[in-house]
Amino acid sequence: MMRGIAAMLAGLLVVAPSTPRVKTLAGSVTGTITFTGTPPKMKPIDMAKEPSCAKEHATPVETETVVTGPNNTLQFVVIYVSAGDMGTAATQTVKFDQHGCQYLPHVQAMHTGQPLEITNSDQTSHNIHPLPSKNPEWNKSQPPGAAPIQTKYDNAEFIPVKCNVHPWMHGYFAVLGTSHFAISGTDGSYTITGLPPGKYTLTAWQEKFGTQTQDITISGSETAKANFVFKATPY
Amino acid sequence: MGKLFAAIVAAIALVSAGVFVARIWWLPPDISTLGPAIDRQIVETMVATGVLFVLAQLALAWFVWGTGDEKNRRPIKRFPGGATPLVVIACTIVGIEIITLTLIGSKVWARIFLEPAPPEALHVDVQAGQFAFYFRYAGADGKFGTPHPDKIDEGSGNFFGLDPASDTAARDDIVSAELVVPVNRPVLLTLHAKDVSHSFFVPQLRLQQDFVPGLDIPLHFTATQVAKTEIVCTQLCGLGHYNMKTYLEVKSQADFDQWLKDQAAQQ
Repeated sequence: MMRGIAAMLAGLLVVAPSTPRVKTLAGSVTGTITFTGTPPKMKPIDMAKEPSCAKEHATPVETETVVTGPNNTLQFVVIYVSAGDMGTAATQTVKFDQHGCQYLPHVQAMHTGQPLEITNSDQTSHNIHPLPSKNPEWNKSQPPGAAPIQTKYDNAEFIPVKCNVHPWMHGYFAVLGTSHFAISGTDGSYTITGLPPGKYTLTAWQEKFGTQTQDITISGSETAKANFVFKATPY
Repeated sequence: MGKLFAAIVAAIALVSAGVFVARIWWLPPDISTLGPAIDRQIVETMVATGVLFVLAQLALAWFVWGTGDEKNRRPIKRFPGGATPLVVIACTIVGIEIITLTLIGSKVWARIFLEPAPPEALHVDVQAGQFAFYFRYAGADGKFGTPHPDKIDEGSGNFFGLDPASDTAARDDIVSAELVVPVNRPVLLTLHAKDVSHSFFVPQLRLQQDFVPGLDIPLHFTATQVAKTEIVCTQLCGLGHYNMKTYLEVKSQADFDQWLKDQAAQQ
């Protein structure tokens, strides 16, 4: 008994001072996602049949399969750690809104098991229908003012999301087995922080152009650089 | 009590017939070359059935008025048996009426569904799916790309499953969420359903035709006025059926050409 307690105390003495030092040593990776070639032309979405949504948009919205920015940058690319330290599951709720008959954001990334809250801020009914292959499938109606849908996904996969009422509505849930992920912004840039030292494989996923990987090494608290270039085709 | 019932029966018959005679809640304006023939058929049907309806209801009211309160009622005649001649006469009259209406009406029906569209007709490919209509025009080459159901990807706007990468005819196809047609020019629609049965209903064109999965259904019309009106689905097709609608816009030939040009630039 006494020996057991002594061993535990000794263990604490060894572990306790080392824990904060590991936390302080966290690097990050940043980069820009670009494309070469000609990307497909995005098509305008006609929402005339849903006037409450049409009036939400001053300029006509377009499909978001390939969203490009200045200097051939790509938005809505998910960059995540596919090998290496996977981090710990995040507990904060991830939000996904239906607004102006569009999904906001177009692509939402989350850790497996992370709470997901789906809201409808439109004045019309939606019927959200994610199409998973490794998770249970469901579709749920959300009239205007309905309570948010609270859910989560336990298996990692990229899940296309559609609306059963409005055929043009389209998005993705990127359910990942890591908490180290980011989505490229309007300028195509991304940053993943909090990477403990070690070797990593980064994967970049774009819904039309597929995936690319890159290996990086984080040795301390530095910021590594990893750019990805996708090859675009017009069709 | 019998007299009150008789009065109510007569009143309902006369008021409901009066609504049609006075043309309260009448048909919406007709903007189609086929409209007058269909409207004439509708009026003939309404007159034939309406006269019988009013006479039958008034006769019922008259009998109830005279005999409804009798204490010593005559025995009721039953069918088959005592009432057989009466029932046979009634069935014959109604049968002749229905067959006559069918024969007369089949001429109008044939003009819509059996006669082919004129060769100069504008071809528009129509796809109905839960819960929207999409319309496809052939583009500059005058040819439609081949649709591939497995390539349908609504999120990227590929509602017809076109394959522009390998099918050059599909590259200039123009897809619109509204049906826009030129005035006074025949239009030939080809209706396909992506998933379940839907219906193409435009009251102002006097046209209603189901979409049936697996069938390509031709439907032709000529609009006679510049107008904008609703196209609605009238087959209960699922949860969003109530919201399945779009618009028919009839434009002058010049406006239509400009519209098509603007659409082509957006594809």
